[in-house]
Amino acid sequence: MADKATIIVHSGEMDKIYSALIVANGALAMGMEVSLFFTFWGLQRLKKGRLEKGPLSKMNMLGLGKWMIKRKMKQAGAASLERLLQDFNELGGRILACDMTMEIMGVKKEDLREDLISEYCAVGTYINEARESTITLFI
Amino acid sequence: MAEIKVDCTGENCPIPLVETRKALRKAKVGDLIEIIGTHPSSKKEIPMAVKALRLELIDVQENDGVWKIRIRR
Repeated sequence: MADKATIIVHSGEMDKIYSALIVANGALAMGMEVSLFFTFWGLQRLKKGRLEKGPLSKMNMLGLGKWMIKRKMKQAGAASLERLLQDFNELGGRILACDMTMEIMGVKKEDLREDLISEYCAVGTYINEARESTITLFI
Repeated sequence: MAEIKVDCTGENCPIPLVETRKALRKAKVGDLIEIIGTHPSSKKEIPMAVKALRLELIDVQENDGVWKIRIRR
């Protein structure tokens, strides 16, 4: 088995995107290979300018909860999602975009941050990567 | 052999770990990398990463909540 982590990023909420990117960056930092498979609501966050736009998965309160959490995170010295995504890219992490989600939701390649995406693919590619991974998560 | 310093003071999870990895990737074999920071868990987790990457941990020091970790690439 390769020392590899494969994560399905299905959710688009801010806190869940944080979970995915923090785990992914931690795995890269500790020497693993990482692939993130963005699908459904998760893929919406790869649209240009949409990374930080997800609500909180709980207690969003029309954005008030999100605003409070973001303020607390800033005070705690937590990184922005953009910084985590750039670090993920710099450390050699791979981003896979689900092509069926793109078709169903009318997302075009040019709507997405193409510079960060390694591959446009489907479940076969995910399984091919996941079957040789020691860590697989669905977020 | 160069000495590389990384300051992660005030940064939270997972930045100290990520910045350590970025510095290690840029370093040449034999270089010394020194990371300072204040995030408590990173003090024990950076050495875990060093072990996983099969590199040499020189030492870990802490003074008034600020830790310093030295690694040989």
